[in-house]
Amino acid sequence: MFDWLYALWPGLETSVNLLSLQPPGWGGNLLRGAWASLQIAAGAFGLGLLIGTFGALGKIYGGPATRDLLAVYTTVVRAVPELILILILYYAGTDLLNQALRAMGQRPVEISGVVAGIAVLGVVQGAYATEVLRGAIQSVPRGQLEAARAFGMGPVLTFRRVTFPAMLPLALPGLSNLWLIATKDTALLAIVGFSELTLETRQAAGATRAYFTFFLAAGALYLVMTLVSGRVFGWIEARYRRGQVAQ
Amino acid sequence: MNRRLNRLAEELFVPHRLVMIAVAVGIVVWAALSMRWHWIPRYSDLALQGIWRTLWLLALSCLIGFALAVPLGLAQAAGPRILAVPARAFCTVIRGTPLLLQLWLIYFGLGSLFPQFPWIRESELWPYLRQAWPYALLTLSLSFAGYEGEVMRGAFRSVPGGQLEAARSMGMSRFAILRRIWLPQALQRALPTLGGETVLQMKATPLVATITVIDIYSVASRVRQDTFIIYEPLLLLALVYMVIAGLIALAFKLLERRYNRGMVM
Repeated sequence: MFDWLYALWPGLETSVNLLSLQPPGWGGNLLRGAWASLQIAAGAFGLGLLIGTFGALGKIYGGPATRDLLAVYTTVVRAVPELILILILYYAGTDLLNQALRAMGQRPVEISGVVAGIAVLGVVQGAYATEVLRGAIQSVPRGQLEAARAFGMGPVLTFRRVTFPAMLPLALPGLSNLWLIATKDTALLAIVGFSELTLETRQAAGATRAYFTFFLAAGALYLVMTLVSGRVFGWIEARYRRGQVAQ
Repeated sequence: MNRRLNRLAEELFVPHRLVMIAVAVGIVVWAALSMRWHWIPRYSDLALQGIWRTLWLLALSCLIGFALAVPLGLAQAAGPRILAVPARAFCTVIRGTPLLLQLWLIYFGLGSLFPQFPWIRESELWPYLRQAWPYALLTLSLSFAGYEGEVMRGAFRSVPGGQLEAARSMGMSRFAILRRIWLPQALQRALPTLGGETVLQMKATPLVATITVIDIYSVASRVRQDTFIIYEPLLLLALVYMVIAGLIALAFKLLERRYNRGMVM
């Protein structure tokens, strides 16, 4: 079917064979790696949102000590390369967990790559999410919060009914950016030996010496992930901005 | 100066900050006394070389990247479609794929392609192309150009059209408008973002260690492999990067103050 194309472009047939999903081809490995990357990115993004929500609330409503500690957390995490944080948290996390287990009389465990990756990237994402959400919460007009209090709403109810829906459209562009960073940061786990998309690609490329084929294919996979998720976030944002005055 | 010192003292000498400072000092003293630092003298020369290499890789890649970002931003903000579409595509691809993948594509891909051409091997550039750092510099520059092209697009668009019309009605040529009116104002708007992006670029530099460039990060990895000491080199490394990040932030603050002179805020 594609014979005329192969005749025009001699290298294409080899590339297609290398990328085929069945085992002499490496396409299956790449897709498995992409799936692992997506899982870690989603887990890290979720954990980051959780940390970020509490971090933002602590930075706005917390006492002076809480605010200072959170400032230290966000400053340090945003100034130190992710790669180093990953190594420190990976070693320190494994050590601390095993010491705690030993103290409780349990046997030490090996932390799985997925869990460690999600935890570490989640802590990193949390620092950025704290800043994004803090900015969004603070730009909700005060009058709306005062109106909610005047209606007798408690702090939790106010957050759920007024602050959260009002800040969401403001936070979404920042959050969409964070999700893109999360998908790309999963590539860093290749360096600690977790087989996500980038490491699978490097192994395939190293085994077959077809570097361009595999790295370009992996680049295309990443690009599809980021473009599709960009669309999804745009759609969510448009949905949440309904009924708002255009700025 | 005295007023500023007084203000600083007022901010520092509140009870919870004093406790936090005491805890921090305690941790530093504990780390200095009971952790293992005996490897520092042996590796200090290598570490200084590593820091130097990290710094010039960062500075050069930011300069080259920014020089590419200005035309990329201009093409997207005001260029004809035939320039705007490729510029947009370049920025999307760079921003949509991980830097590590780009680095490996360029290093392993180009690195395996070049030796196949005899005229490249015989050229003057070959001694450089056999080393790893040109590939690191190229990748980091292209990456910075991709991100900053997007920033500059927004900055060029945000300059009020009236300014450009006024310049045109004064009879300035298009290049003079760019040099005197458009670029300075766009740059002034982009400076805070560029400061943050430069810190992000610094945080990306340790990736070059994966293609055998010996920057400060790979010196720390080597200490870890040689001596089996895990935490101490990593903590010191984090401190080095924090200091560099602080210096970058300070430099951009000074730059912003200089650029904002005479501006109504």
